[in-house]
Amino acid sequence: MNKLIKIFSKRSTWATPYAIFLMLFVVLPLVLIGVYAFMDNDGAFTVANFVKFVEQPEAFNTFIYSVAVAIVTTFFCILLGYPAAYILSNKEFNRSKTMVLLFILPMWVNVLIRTLATVSLFDITGIPLGEGALLFGLTYDFLPFMIYPIYNTMMKIDKNLIEAAQDLGANQMRVFLKVILPLSMPGVVSGIMMVFLPTISTFAISELLTMNDIRLFGSIIQENIMLSDTMNYGAALSLVMLLIIGATSALGNDSEEEMSHGGII
Amino acid sequence: MKKLIAKGYLWLLLALLYTPILIIAIFSFTETKVLGNWTGFSMKLYTNLFSGGMSSSLVNAIKNTIVIALVASSLATILGSIAAIGIFNMRSKSRKAISFLNNIPLINPDIITGISLFLLFVWLGVSQGYTTVILAHVTFCTPYVVLSVMPRLTSMNPNIYEAALDLGATPFQALRKVIIPEIKPGIISGFILSFTLSIDDFAVSLFTKGNIGLETLSTYIYSDARKGGLTPELRPLSTIIFVTVLVLLIVINRRSEKQAKKAKS
Repeated sequence: MNKLIKIFSKRSTWATPYAIFLMLFVVLPLVLIGVYAFMDNDGAFTVANFVKFVEQPEAFNTFIYSVAVAIVTTFFCILLGYPAAYILSNKEFNRSKTMVLLFILPMWVNVLIRTLATVSLFDITGIPLGEGALLFGLTYDFLPFMIYPIYNTMMKIDKNLIEAAQDLGANQMRVFLKVILPLSMPGVVSGIMMVFLPTISTFAISELLTMNDIRLFGSIIQENIMLSDTMNYGAALSLVMLLIIGATSALGNDSEEEMSHGGII
Repeated sequence: MKKLIAKGYLWLLLALLYTPILIIAIFSFTETKVLGNWTGFSMKLYTNLFSGGMSSSLVNAIKNTIVIALVASSLATILGSIAAIGIFNMRSKSRKAISFLNNIPLINPDIITGISLFLLFVWLGVSQGYTTVILAHVTFCTPYVVLSVMPRLTSMNPNIYEAALDLGATPFQALRKVIIPEIKPGIISGFILSFTLSIDDFAVSLFTKGNIGLETLSTYIYSDARKGGLTPELRPLSTIIFVTVLVLLIVINRRSEKQAKKAKS
């Protein structure tokens, strides 16, 4: 009994249940994607799923197209979001936290409802649905996810650095280019992760915005994984997606820092 | 002048972000089936919502969404808060490892989380339904709870805890009387965040709900939209959800701003 109390009062063991949970519900499922991807319907090892992906023009072209759409969407989000984050974090222009809140609030509105609202906006104004609507809709849906991380890193920039640069004679342009821009890059990187990756794997949004005309990679994955005879092919497509996630997140990884200073609300 | 341009830009962007949401809100006050077609002011959709004048499948979907969100966010809050205390007391190496795992669900797009868990349940041979959806929601909510509680622990003065021990408190008493009150705001915001994330979720629910006819609000909207139209009652419903979230966030925000001011003075 005493031993038990000792184990429990050693508080580092308190993370054990969660560690087990993470193993079972995060690590194992990801491993299973890899396992199923290299299996045929009877459970034997095969690479046929990947051969099918490269050889089948529909899936492969959709994949390339989705990456292109995701790049353009991410670019638009940075273009619109970076200045907004800069203005929001600058005391000279904005002191209100509520303003910041208004920008991240759409993150809490169901993405399907927001997308359908965009569709209705196009209907009312008579703009046809299609590629343009898709890009607009995706930018609209993901813009808050770009603004928020950039704003967060900008707020953390040590104001003394900016003053020091000014004292040393840098004009506003130079202060921005030499201090603010480089120091806000981690925010841009996490913004890219929060926009680029979900865009490639989007499925419902693209279907709604283009009346099922344009399908992104996510739709192809979804269709295959849900059917038992193409499940392994779907797993192979998911593995391709996972590789992209790995490559993108290798670009910027400061997990430890995020952990101790994060906080969402 | 510069300030005017900066402010103007922010307001323009906000107008863009909120126009679709406003359209939904405006058209919740008219009975039309199609958005954009104003058929006169009416509160009928709102009264339908509260007097049971809508389809039972929508009512069930709303009930399911709330039950799942309550159960999943409570479980995630307990699991995540205990884990955060454990992680905080870990040595830096194992701490880094578990932080890395904790970040995986945050980085993964919903579709990958959904598919990987779908494969897990297929592999385990579990029939999918309520339980699997709740487990899946706990999986993607808990990391946010850990991230909300962690900064509270980091900013806590460790001497208070030591003092409690010196004054004769057992570790458990010290935990209850010192640590928990200190991290309570983090626990609460972790819970609220988990709750809204769970309500909002679409992709993960879609992959883990199985085919026993379980629908959440999001999956209901999805199948509804695929059939060609949105149930009119969804307009007042999303308006109410939006206003609730808006008020909730502003209240939380005001409260934390007041607390910050108090702490300063």
